[in-house]
Amino acid sequence: MIEALLLLAGLVAVFTTLSIVWILVTEALPFFRRVPLGDFLTDTMWTPLFAEPRYGILPLLAGTLVTTAVALTVAIPAGTIIAIHLSEFASRRLREVVKPALEMLGAVPTVVYGYFALAIVTPFLQKLIPGLPGFNMLSAGLVIGIMIVPYVASVSEDAMRAVPTHMREGSYAMGATRLQTALRVVVPGALSGMAAAYILGISRAVGETMVVAVAAGLQPNLTWDPTESAATITSFIVQVTLGDLPHDSIGYQSIFAAGLVLLIVTLAFNVAGFLLARRFREAY
Amino acid sequence: MLTSAVKARVSGLGFWYGNVRALHGLDMEIRDRKVTALIGPSGCGKSTFLRCFNRMHDLTPHTRYEGSIRLYPDDIDLVAKAVDPIEVRMRIGMVFQKPNPFPKSIFENVAYGLRVRGARSRALIEEQVEKALRDAALWDEVKDRLHGPGLSLSGGQQQRLCIARALATDPEMLLFDEPTSALDPIATARIEELITALRERVTVLIVTHNMQQAARVSDFTAFMYLGELVEFDATSKLFTNPGRKATEDYITGRYG
Ligand SMILES: Nc1ncnc2c1ncn2[C@@H]1O[C@H](COP(=O)(O)OP(=O)(O)OP(=O)(O)O)[C@@H](O)[C@H]1O
Ligand SMILES: [Mg+2]
Repeated sequence: MIEALLLLAGLVAVFTTLSIVWILVTEALPFFRRVPLGDFLTDTMWTPLFAEPRYGILPLLAGTLVTTAVALTVAIPAGTIIAIHLSEFASRRLREVVKPALEMLGAVPTVVYGYFALAIVTPFLQKLIPGLPGFNMLSAGLVIGIMIVPYVASVSEDAMRAVPTHMREGSYAMGATRLQTALRVVVPGALSGMAAAYILGISRAVGETMVVAVAAGLQPNLTWDPTESAATITSFIVQVTLGDLPHDSIGYQSIFAAGLVLLIVTLAFNVAGFLLARRFREAY
Repeated sequence: MLTSAVKARVSGLGFWYGNVRALHGLDMEIRDRKVTALIGPSGCGKSTFLRCFNRMHDLTPHTRYEGSIRLYPDDIDLVAKAVDPIEVRMRIGMVFQKPNPFPKSIFENVAYGLRVRGARSRALIEEQVEKALRDAALWDEVKDRLHGPGLSLSGGQQQRLCIARALATDPEMLLFDEPTSALDPIATARIEELITALRERVTVLIVTHNMQQAARVSDFTAFMYLGELVEFDATSKLFTNPGRKATEDYITGRYG
């Protein structure tokens, strides 16, 4: 009975995933019948809603990768340090307070983070970087980073706590300090779980929509400079979805092509993470 | 043969886990470069006693030592608050019941203590690692796979790796807590041989549940019961002619 339910739940998940892929592919096909794949991948302009439309995905892809990179430079170090502290240094009391608080941070609606970026982080950054535009990828990326710290920290901490105590004891018995034990034994032992945490963080950053839509600007802009304003794949999709384009227009169809790229990018990070984790996996 | 210098003197040693008293005023002498076995029924405090020697209890909150363990020739008190536990663990190595190699290569497992002590010279580390692996009778089995993971070895090999890891930093004393209880008889025999050979250069303290093992490897044996030291004597004497009724019951298997 339980097995049947579990199987059913698993099948629902698989079915949902396959349907998403199916819809993206079938809806994107009409788009690719009108726009050659070569143009899509190499054109440096994305202006599907203009009178003379151009369909190069690169500007949106660059926007996504830049905001993700900014987010990760915050989330990975901060998440890892918090995880090491909670798992190896904090008292049980502190851990019992901090962990639920972290998990609550993860439940704040992302649009709140978006306005936090726009109303607080951007004005602050403008004091440090004169001439920073009101919409910019740096502010959005930093806030996405802050937003995913709890995920990275919480999953990494679980991975570290799964490293058996007797392994830590072996390290202490060799005269190692707490910090040496954490960095030289616990982290290597938790690496595959930490890789999973990072992948989860990357996937969240790549897919994040509201923060970039609110704070990074909606103008496609092929640039690698985080202090500029640029649209991402997700913010373009949400922009079109909220508009009133007819469903058979190429502008509307383009969001499925963009969505497909988003899926492929996420998938690529996941596969890379899986391979890395397998490469470093340790069994106890 | 049984007379040698005193390596450590335990006086009035007590130990508390919070409000639970686990050791009651132990007194005994550990002889230099001899093997001393700790035997006694489960829960009598053997591990607790052993872990006082390298201050492992300092990692558990709300624990407390009483009395002293003086280490010679320097005459420092291992359980004194003023003595840094890390300093103590630098000098006294430990091998655990379950082999616990680190998630690192065989080489890095053995080099661990050297690196923790700040060793930098590659040549020196390589030399010490090879020596420790030879001393732990593991070199021939692993010399072609030094950079393979330590966790890929068999249980017995992993335990010898842990012994090599402890030996690499030249400890004065080695603590073994039931080192063979997770191993098969052949692997056990190899560890016992190794312990016997180690006696040449290091003082050994070993907890064991296996009376034959105590009889085979040790020079002295301490019998503990309910956190107290009941009897302590030369192994040959304690096993053939125990002074106390409780000891006799235990070694003849009449206990419990
Ligand atoms: N962390 C702890 N907190 C509280 N009590 C403990 C703790 N560890 C051990 N004890 C208690 O201290 C006593 C001695 O335990 P210890 O582990 O030293 O026994 P042992 O002789 O090594 O037993 P075994 O042969 O089963 O390993 C036991 O009564 C045990 O329940
Ligand atoms: Mg024990």
